[in-house]
Amino acid sequence: MQYKMCRQRGAVIMLREHFRKTEKRWEDTGNGEQGNEAGKESDLSSRTENISGESKLSGGDREAAGVETGAEVTVSERENSSGRKIPKLLRPHVPDGMFRKCEFCRKTVYEEDIRNNWYTCPKCGGYFRIEPKTRISMVVDQGSFEEWDEKLTGDNPLEFPGYEEKLQRLRENTGLTEAVVTGQGSVRGIRAAVGVMSSEFLMGSMGTAVGEKITRMIERATAERLPVILFCCSGGARMQEGIFSLMQMAKTSQALKRHDESGLLYISILTDPTMGGVTASFAMLGDVILAEPGAMIGFAGARVIRQTIGQKLPEGFQSAEFLLKCGFVDRIVKREKLRRTLAVLLGSSEVREWEKK
Amino acid sequence: MGKEMTAWERVQTARDSHRPYASDYISRIFDGFLELHGDRLYGDDRAVIGGIASLDQQYVTVIGQQKGRTTKENRYRNFGMMKPEGYRKALRLMKQAEKFRRPIILFVDTPGAFCGVEAEERGQGEAIARNLFEMAGITVPILTIVIGEGGSGGALALAMGNEVWMLENSVYSILSPEGFAAILWKDAKRAEEAADVMKITAARLQEFGIIEKVIPEPEPVDVEKMEAIVEILKAEIRNFLERYQEKRADEIVEERYRRFREMGAPQLQ
Repeated sequence: MQYKMCRQRGAVIMLREHFRKTEKRWEDTGNGEQGNEAGKESDLSSRTENISGESKLSGGDREAAGVETGAEVTVSERENSSGRKIPKLLRPHVPDGMFRKCEFCRKTVYEEDIRNNWYTCPKCGGYFRIEPKTRISMVVDQGSFEEWDEKLTGDNPLEFPGYEEKLQRLRENTGLTEAVVTGQGSVRGIRAAVGVMSSEFLMGSMGTAVGEKITRMIERATAERLPVILFCCSGGARMQEGIFSLMQMAKTSQALKRHDESGLLYISILTDPTMGGVTASFAMLGDVILAEPGAMIGFAGARVIRQTIGQKLPEGFQSAEFLLKCGFVDRIVKREKLRRTLAVLLGSSEVREWEKK
Repeated sequence: MGKEMTAWERVQTARDSHRPYASDYISRIFDGFLELHGDRLYGDDRAVIGGIASLDQQYVTVIGQQKGRTTKENRYRNFGMMKPEGYRKALRLMKQAEKFRRPIILFVDTPGAFCGVEAEERGQGEAIARNLFEMAGITVPILTIVIGEGGSGGALALAMGNEVWMLENSVYSILSPEGFAAILWKDAKRAEEAADVMKITAARLQEFGIIEKVIPEPEPVDVEKMEAIVEILKAEIRNFLERYQEKRADEIVEERYRRFREMGAPQLQ
């Protein structure tokens, strides 16, 4: 690998930088974290032992510990612990407060512990859904994210009754303009186009605005010779926009085809849930497809299959682990390992300077 | 002609067992048809037929989603609902067509992609996604004709055409009206209302620019009386092949890209 990259001077410098940062950490070493930074990163993942640990890991520590949180998020989290406005991090039915009931094990857990535990349950390890801002802060180098097409919104192409009002309410409640945030950022110094879908906005469903934002992101990445990292989280195509939503599957997939033909890397990361028209388009087209533990991933919904076919569904059907077994996912990656994994993938597939034309 | 049919009436017409299926069109429009089987990976999906056909001495690759007329046939054809191996078979035949520079003609008639445990295990989503992705790069012209039901992603995976046409009484939608009503109103019985709201008829979709052409059906087509529709389709397909004969490979790909690129972004800044 080194030899290949050494043909180009600029690449050597980048590579050296990359190795310095990642050292030996890019093989999956279970919990045997090597190297300084990795050790610190794993601090957060091993928070299970640290039940009373909120005070132990102050905001400053967390920043130093390489939880490259965007400044805004860190601030808003601190506000939470002092009892002020709390953003909705989990599913809507969870009441706000110091404690939350884990939706997986039904045990009561400290919110603070959840946050310090990569938004997973410190008791059962269940993965909570996270919103774009949080996701970006977990993955992208601090301060490197720049949003694209922030103001892009769709309309109501079928004139579906009540749809515009619904969108308006969602915009107010979530602070998002649509069900995906796109932009660029760097992961351990390597620039990439990054998209994150949001389950809070009509279950991340793909209508014209989502399709357009993702397509623009891919097209811009192709033009600027950037890799694409896309966090999928969607119930599928957006019903309210009918046939136009269906066409977004074609639109996004063909944009990926051009990105692919340009020799660029696309990593799709399947998070809970990734279903329907999103699975049947960009989610399944990654050069590398990663998934979060326990995420539900599939084409047809389990309920629909049960009803229409009358078949009994196998254990763990449509879980990330099930897809791994069936051969449709490259790897299941825990949140605390994701940055490292992405850095390796990006580093190993970088476009060499002399190829940039 | 009587009064205008409602969307729901058209849905029912599109599903009618008297309506011609892909094989009925293929055998009547083309001079010959050599069927080819299998996806080379898993099996041969009988919900889709494909092979080489000729029209006026020009060879084309023809692929069609195939329903059955009787219960027995429908079990054999799985009601025209393709499994992953079906999409992979279709893609294999399209790649073959590209290699030998044969235009591709696709007939769409499916309630949707098959939903079942084995389809999920073998990657239904991946198979559809791969078709969309690969069809975007195919350098020969692709024509899709929706002849009955165009159900969701299962139809779209054969509808990444340079042109998409619909028969007047066919429908093309994101989901069945029943499914749509069940999801949005939690009541599958409101399917009739859903069919209207969803705007799934050929005429509406042409207004939206989703399809290029509506093939008129003065009377709903019937497998017993197909002469008129076959003549129209023959003439239209000939015309399509002529129009694309002079185009370069890169033009064909670029035009298809533009076609889908402009869909569903009318009001965006």
